[in-house]
Amino acid sequence: MNIPGPLSQKPRLAVYKFSSCDGCQLQILELEDELLELAGEIEIAYFLEARRQALPGPYDIGLVEGSISTPAEERLIRQARKDCKVLVSIGACATAGGIQALRNWADIDAYKKRIYPRPEWIATLDVASPIAGYVYIDFELRGCPVNKRQLVEVLSALLAQRRPHLPTYSLCIECKRAGIPCVMVARKTPCLGPITQAGCGALCPKFNRGCYGCFGPAETPNIAALGRFFQEERNVSRPAMVRMLRSFNGYLEPFKTSSDDYEQCIQP
Amino acid sequence: MSNASNPEMRVIEVHNLARVEGEGSLHLKIQGNRVTDIRFGIFEPPRFFEAFLRGRSFEEVPDITARICGICPVAYQMSSCTAIEAAMNVKVDGPLRLLRRLLYCGEWIESHVLHMFFLHLPDFLGYESAISMAADHKDLVVGALRLKKAGNEIVRLLGGREVHPINVRVGGFHRVPDRAELDALGEELSACRTFAADAVRFLASLSYPDLEMDYDCVALRHPGEVAMLDGAIATSRGLEIPISQFPDHFEEVQVPHSTALQGRLRNGGTYLVGPLARLNLNWGLYPPAIKKLADEIKFTVPCHNQFKSLLARGFETLYALDHALELINAYEPPTEPAVEIKVREGVGHGCTEAPRGILYHRYEIGADGLVRSATIVPPTAQNQPQIEADLAAYAPRLLALPQEEMTLKCEQLIRNYDPCISCATHFLKLTVDRA
Repeated sequence: MNIPGPLSQKPRLAVYKFSSCDGCQLQILELEDELLELAGEIEIAYFLEARRQALPGPYDIGLVEGSISTPAEERLIRQARKDCKVLVSIGACATAGGIQALRNWADIDAYKKRIYPRPEWIATLDVASPIAGYVYIDFELRGCPVNKRQLVEVLSALLAQRRPHLPTYSLCIECKRAGIPCVMVARKTPCLGPITQAGCGALCPKFNRGCYGCFGPAETPNIAALGRFFQEERNVSRPAMVRMLRSFNGYLEPFKTSSDDYEQCIQP
Repeated sequence: MSNASNPEMRVIEVHNLARVEGEGSLHLKIQGNRVTDIRFGIFEPPRFFEAFLRGRSFEEVPDITARICGICPVAYQMSSCTAIEAAMNVKVDGPLRLLRRLLYCGEWIESHVLHMFFLHLPDFLGYESAISMAADHKDLVVGALRLKKAGNEIVRLLGGREVHPINVRVGGFHRVPDRAELDALGEELSACRTFAADAVRFLASLSYPDLEMDYDCVALRHPGEVAMLDGAIATSRGLEIPISQFPDHFEEVQVPHSTALQGRLRNGGTYLVGPLARLNLNWGLYPPAIKKLADEIKFTVPCHNQFKSLLARGFETLYALDHALELINAYEPPTEPAVEIKVREGVGHGCTEAPRGILYHRYEIGADGLVRSATIVPPTAQNQPQIEADLAAYAPRLLALPQEEMTLKCEQLIRNYDPCISCATHFLKLTVDRA
């Protein structure tokens, strides 16, 4: 992350929503113990889910939830970039396109016809894209949803003008540190932990299930090795491999290309 | 803003309705004392869940549908699971079903408290947000945050995290808690009980607009308990049908100003779902302590004033607190965390009580365990026509008010519904044309 220039004395925060479920901005309101203190440190200038008052920009920090999937959203994100000194995308929709990016593999007109009797009334872009596909982003916070502790870390770092301390290594490291027995070894459960970025607290293994990739690819993930192991040792079919990679972060590389390779049988 | 060509006509335009989940718009045209055109528009970008669920494994469905809504993911998971279990001819009963009820209590509490104190109450007390409200009502806001946190603690303990829980699966859970884990939870819930009851007393002292509507209330009804996960779909006009007959009696229509399909009864009528509808249909099953509180604050059931949905949420929050404690005290860990699923071809319907009202799901599953088709009818889409009907009745009474105040009242009416536009599919723009 670039360290931004000095922020205002009481930095002004804007929270934007694009195509999403509201869950990542809700994480701000889920900060039950810190919310009032946060509102004391930062001026929440624009946050429609929380307040009616909407103060005009410019803002010091913009948090962006959601992917860009309609022409109107494309216009709004360009304005948000102009209005904010620092722009941070939060959550899988904003950083990877989110679950709705599954439509990027499909014929969008067929999708519209399947759901709406009058598809011509529905305006969409051809693909649902992460924010960085449209504007420069200063920092990306992964997760579906984001971890609220990580969100506090990003805001604290911005206020203190330092880099956020956030892991980019795989979930396995987080899981081992928490002393959780490996579900792939102990239970023979397929787990995306080796290729997924840490950050959730290794929740799924803690609950005896395999990781399903909410935080997207870890740095330098060896997807081919895991895929081979899944197919040879854990009875995971090739179509199931495609589905596992194509979920909340499926449109983010290298998950995207790997899923295409498995689908087209290029990947062993 | 006044219209220069016609001094009688005024236009109110609010570009974004705040303190709702998602983005929508409203256009009201008023001529004389008549509302001639109402469009409660939903501009939430369509996300096509029903389309991309096709071809996914049945096991992935509750994880995927949770992402429809960050505020009520448990509701989506519960409706998905019960529908798929029906398709697989599996019954989840006993302690697993009770754990699901406990999880749902957590979501009712956190979602209701968020709406009551942070989204809705500022309208009644004249603040633009709970953040501003906290300056004058700190104890109330702090108490509400603690209560909301207690609800979230339930979801966190049973689900792994409050937004998009990871521990729910078709057939039950991945892991079930032991007694000791639940006991700690019980202590905190008990500690919130006095605040919750006092908060309802405080809410009862507010002044409520006297808008009474002849609602056809629709909710789940279960003979032995306040329905959450199962039962029959009942209406206040006497219809009572199994969940699987939902499509025979209710339909979804598309209107040009909404990316959400609107729900209607097939005979053409609007209907009401959500806390007030549930209370009206299921009040008989409420415990005496809560009924006593209702008597004390002179709340009578049936109630047909949606502004008082604020109180209905209060009663449901109390119920969820008490019921959660009851479930925790009686908890016997199930022997297995989930019922075994044998994949078979089938069609299943599920309907559960999301915080905002009934949430209907239907899935057709193939013999390979993959979804062949999915239908999801969220509560806000069902309430959308009723919101328009309420506005048509309410707006004519507001004509004497200054523009800003009239706009605020219309927004407040919309917020009565705790609309979750992310679910229904959102920018809430409010425009009022006055002719």
